[in-house]
Amino acid sequence: MFDIDSITEIWQTIARNKTRSLLTAFGVFWGIFILVILLACGNGFDKGLRSNIEGFSTNSAFLIPSNTTEAYKGYQKDRFWQPDMSDIEAIKKTLHGVSVVSPITSQWTYNGENNVFYGTKGGNFSMKGVLPNYNEIDRCKILYGRFINETDIAEARKVCVIGKKVYEDVIGTDKHPLGLMIKANGIYYQVVGVVQSYNDKVNINGQTNETVILPLTTMQVAYHTGDKFDFLMFTTARGYISKDVQEEVKTLLRERHDIAPTDEGAFMCFDFEEMFNMFEYLFLGIKILIWIVGIGTLLSGVVGVSNIMLVTIKERTREIGVRRALGAKPAVIIRQVMAESLLLTILAGIVGLVLGVGIMAVVSGFVNNTPSEDVMFLDPQIGFGAAIAATVIIVLSGLLAGVLPAMRAVQIKAIDAIREE
Amino acid sequence: MIKLNNINKTYFGAQPLHVLKGINLDVEEGELVSIMGASGSGKSTLLNILGILDNYDEGDYYLAGQLVKNLSENQAAEFRNKLIGFIFQSFNLIPFKTALENVALPLFYQGVNRKKRNMMAMEYLERFGLKEWAEHYPNELSGGQKQRVSIARALVTSPKLILADEPTGALDSKTSAEVMQILREVNATGITMVIVTHERGIANLTRKIVHLKDGIIESIEENDPDKMDFTKEIK
Ligand SMILES: Nc1ncnc2c1ncn2[C@@H]1O[C@H](COP(=O)(O)OP(=O)(O)OP(=O)(O)O)[C@@H](O)[C@H]1O
Ligand SMILES: [Mg+2]
Repeated sequence: MFDIDSITEIWQTIARNKTRSLLTAFGVFWGIFILVILLACGNGFDKGLRSNIEGFSTNSAFLIPSNTTEAYKGYQKDRFWQPDMSDIEAIKKTLHGVSVVSPITSQWTYNGENNVFYGTKGGNFSMKGVLPNYNEIDRCKILYGRFINETDIAEARKVCVIGKKVYEDVIGTDKHPLGLMIKANGIYYQVVGVVQSYNDKVNINGQTNETVILPLTTMQVAYHTGDKFDFLMFTTARGYISKDVQEEVKTLLRERHDIAPTDEGAFMCFDFEEMFNMFEYLFLGIKILIWIVGIGTLLSGVVGVSNIMLVTIKERTREIGVRRALGAKPAVIIRQVMAESLLLTILAGIVGLVLGVGIMAVVSGFVNNTPSEDVMFLDPQIGFGAAIAATVIIVLSGLLAGVLPAMRAVQIKAIDAIREE
Repeated sequence: MIKLNNINKTYFGAQPLHVLKGINLDVEEGELVSIMGASGSGKSTLLNILGILDNYDEGDYYLAGQLVKNLSENQAAEFRNKLIGFIFQSFNLIPFKTALENVALPLFYQGVNRKKRNMMAMEYLERFGLKEWAEHYPNELSGGQKQRVSIARALVTSPKLILADEPTGALDSKTSAEVMQILREVNATGITMVIVTHERGIANLTRKIVHLKDGIIESIEENDPDKMDFTKEIK
């Protein structure tokens, strides 16, 4: 279709009316340009918001016990209760919908006073006791050493993993942290690891960067809580619905702690999956909207091309008639008009695509290098897949734009050229 | 070369108009025929049918021994491209193509490659003294030059039949004489030629003059153009 002869033929007709061709092409250019910009911005928001929860398992939920709100089995209402390690065992044993379950105990910071010290330097940080599997739910980057391990738990060792900010504020980055002893709420712990959170928005009793993490058992000993803990997090196994799993966990805890089956107030539950799903739907909605708006803009460009080409064809009645008289077959005429439309659209589309991608690359560089507390917008560029999709769409719109003009052109008979005077 | 049996043609406009009412005509290979008649007598209609640019309602048209009836667009295009060359009163050159490109166009539709096409087109332009004008666009050419370009275009595919509808209609008498001289030379190489004209002077240069009146052939006049005096202007 695009040999040198055809290109020359097509180029002659396109170049003959440069202004009009340019105006025609502009519609398509603009459509693709807008589509690329919108898609890139959509991606930017998507990535920006996602970066806030990076490393955090989106299929997780957490459950905080709260005083009962109904009297049951001889117990008064408003009773204080706490889950314990046997609950964890029971959950692991009976609930297959739970893939990871992690008990957590935490120590809230004391009214802003410094509670963590290394030597004379101190800072105010929260503390939490976790099992090794906590790192499977709220993943973080290990900067030094390691995370809490099973030996720490089994022996209730006085070790700790500290957040990056704790390291910076209390120890100072000029010192190697491993092996140092820090004092937290009056007790000395040996630093075995420094971690950094991938995200800076997830906050489970303190942002990980600003937390001193202890083995759960150590914490239980230190604060005399036996094998009880404060709250638990769990992730839903593949193929299970988080809402159902959550109900199962609640039911299990109700039975084990003599809580009324109807008592909803005895738990506070946060289902991240539900929240994330909402996000996902929101993003999906935005994406669909973007494609609709983008394709709509492009379609109006296509209509423009089609329309102007129809006018052109009408003006070219004589020329096309002459071509027919000289022996051009209908297919040749169709091909030529289609090729004109394709060439015009593809050129315009590619320019739009390249310009859109280029501009967004510049914007992206700018955005990514602007440090900001609240990341809402990150790396606003379209992916390879979207670029391919856009290219395919350009070609399709070129064909689409050419259909009507080609049909009109092929209806022109040789005799029309001779008659039209 | 051409055999027409009882050709009828009616235009179905606001009022049906029976333009050709049973045309019977034989044109032998190599003949030079002119068709004369009053305006509206159906000359162009007949020529368009001969050129397979238009169809007819009744009768049979044989071109080079083949029946031309109910052809598909592709077949018609092929016939026109291979067998027939057209010369129009208004030249019908494509304005955004150079003289050379215009002449080469029919070869493009035959699938001849660019180099060969341009070589052949150049040959024909040279033959009609237009070598220097090859790269010029039609609007830079005089009427006579344009008509010579269009003759070159009609001939470039070596057709068997040349159809010309008032080829000198837009030209002054001197240029008309030149163009007619060229057409006669072309005819002398054995190419059949049918020329529609309403000028007696033009018709006198042909061997056979078909007189058309109200859609029928009134008479066919044999003529000896060599008796004509070329020193006189033909108009
Ligand atoms: N497409 C058409 N539809 C309807 N009527 C037509 C059409 N083409 C030609 N006619 C009519 O048919 C008749 C013959 O037309 P044609 O063009 O063949 O005449 P002509 O002999 O070539 O005349 P002229 O010498 O003026 O060119 C005319 O009356 C014309 O008005
Ligand atoms: Mg006429």
